[in-house]
Amino acid sequence: MRLELEKRSEHSALMTILSPVLALVLTLIAGGILFAAMGYNPGEALYAFFLEPLTNQWSIEELLVKAGPLILIAVGLSVCFLSNNWNIGAEGQFTIGALTGSIIPILFHEYTGPMAMPLMVLMGALGGMAWASVPAFLKTRFGTNEILTSLMLVYIAQYLLDYLVRGPWRDPDGFNFPESRLFDDAHTLMTLGDGRLHLGIVFALVAVLAVWFMLSQTLKGFEIKVMGETPRAGRFAGFSHRGIVWFGFLISGACAGIAGMAEVSGSIGQLTPVISPGYGFTAIIVAFLGRLNPIGIVFAGLLLALSYIGGESAQVSIGLTDKITRVFQGMLLFFVLGCDTLILYRIRLIKTARKAGGAHGRA
Amino acid sequence: MGALEPILLTIITASTPLLLAAMGELITERSGVLNLGVEGMMIVGAVMGFSITAMTGNPYMGVIASMFAGMMMALLFGFLTLNLMTNQVATGLALTILGLGLSGMLGEGFIGQPGIKLPVLHIPGLSEIPFLGTVLLSQDILVYISLALVAAVYYFLFKTRAGLVVRAVGDNHSSAHALGYSVLKVRYLAVLFGGACSGLAGGYLSLVYTPQWVEGMTAGRGWIALALVVFASWRPLRLLVGAYLFGAVSVLQFHAQAAGIGLPSQFMSALPYLATIVVLVIISRNLVVTRANTPACLGRPFSPDR
Repeated sequence: MRLELEKRSEHSALMTILSPVLALVLTLIAGGILFAAMGYNPGEALYAFFLEPLTNQWSIEELLVKAGPLILIAVGLSVCFLSNNWNIGAEGQFTIGALTGSIIPILFHEYTGPMAMPLMVLMGALGGMAWASVPAFLKTRFGTNEILTSLMLVYIAQYLLDYLVRGPWRDPDGFNFPESRLFDDAHTLMTLGDGRLHLGIVFALVAVLAVWFMLSQTLKGFEIKVMGETPRAGRFAGFSHRGIVWFGFLISGACAGIAGMAEVSGSIGQLTPVISPGYGFTAIIVAFLGRLNPIGIVFAGLLLALSYIGGESAQVSIGLTDKITRVFQGMLLFFVLGCDTLILYRIRLIKTARKAGGAHGRA
Repeated sequence: MGALEPILLTIITASTPLLLAAMGELITERSGVLNLGVEGMMIVGAVMGFSITAMTGNPYMGVIASMFAGMMMALLFGFLTLNLMTNQVATGLALTILGLGLSGMLGEGFIGQPGIKLPVLHIPGLSEIPFLGTVLLSQDILVYISLALVAAVYYFLFKTRAGLVVRAVGDNHSSAHALGYSVLKVRYLAVLFGGACSGLAGGYLSLVYTPQWVEGMTAGRGWIALALVVFASWRPLRLLVGAYLFGAVSVLQFHAQAAGIGLPSQFMSALPYLATIVVLVIISRNLVVTRANTPACLGRPFSPDR
């Protein structure tokens, strides 16, 4: 008896929705086993990880604070991924966006006019776009693999940040700590309510709506999907391959850049050597878990944000290592990809083995 | 000569993990599978190599453990991409994310512990030869393995029937299948070989390069190894040159930093990553070489009935 995959004649609409849910359930089961293997009560540990953070207002706000950058980056990435361009360097574009977004608060901090904040957002977007344009240029001009170039640029961006906060941008009154000056109030993103929740989540939701509109209502959205699925057909329709590479990278770069700027200005309040717990990489999971669909990405972003908060919360309440967060994120992506097979294929049990030798060597 | 020897020694140390990981990926890609999870397999290999060594006191057990760990990760990748036909790029990324997470968790208790270094194998008589012996023939077993692997992979790919089958599967899986070869089996073996090599490369980092466990200690070397395979246009001998060239760049930037050439240290540290981009651009401009050597089915899933 063995399992065989049989191609469905068309995508299963049911499975498209069910697959992420199934993946989540499988992740929880695998997580429970993992907790048990580490000597924790699985029920208690899962509760501390996934439910306890939702029981108080502070954590729910924190959840939204973390979901903001994840959703914003992932929505940008979804455009890129849909057009079959692999920008996996969002972490670098996030970092550069944070740097360019900090030029006004650090170098021109005397300027506190009403245009300061819009300019910072603009500069963050431009920074992310500039960084994303490198792999786009290399891909369109030389045919260089964008996966590797965009990833290498992450490391370069992080060294650049490190150099600036330890060198020229270090706070002269900061007792030699590798930190920039604290941003003025005029350069700090407006908070919603009196907690830590800031405007970043609003940026994310605006991006979700904009991308949703573009993908479902405009010719550009159609072009992106056609070029992603059947580039040959797209070329016959007169769509430009280069144009779509640039478009995908610039959109995702802009989103990641704004997310970086919002993180520094809204959450941290200054530049430090480490400004992200891997948002740019986690956003890749968010994009896939959300089916590259803007609405799905909102839910996926909240879930992945919960995995960050849950890690911290479980560390406090039952002494679990917060490293488990990354394991959960990795498992989730694995299960999502595995379950997605069900959209295109149907699993069938085959009772008898085929003719001997069918599967091995020469028949 | 006195100053040259230590530099050459560090170049060998810096190049070996790149060579090991890239050589594994070369075989994987030759069979038509793109495994972007090298970084993840490497880091799990590094943590397992270190922890088993710390537990048993025997670095050779650590070497075996790192290889095994890499293979387990590769098996997971193989199941998803080969059996479930998932997207290879996304699955490779997932493998890297999972590997980085797992290694952080597994290695938590070992941070800051002093490690045991893999011993140098002295070859009586040969290791005493000035220069040649003291540099090339006074290395640990993994350096010898990595160099032997270059010859072995070259011979395997181009001089044996099995190597021909691997290349056939990578270039045209439908034809290979029609001839009666099991595409899935060949690819599984190639993926596992890649995992074993990546695991060893990770083990080399935590047992020789810096004999201790540091979170995220692979620092992008898995990705550089992937770039090296492209740079080498899937040929083992070019890969040897590429890996040592990169090893040299990363070592020389250290020496340049030490010599105080006036550039900020972060710029020098970013150099290997920048070099990777430059090299990728140069190689991709050379379309003739790249097109002729890229396995034609690279990254394409295979399902037997169609």
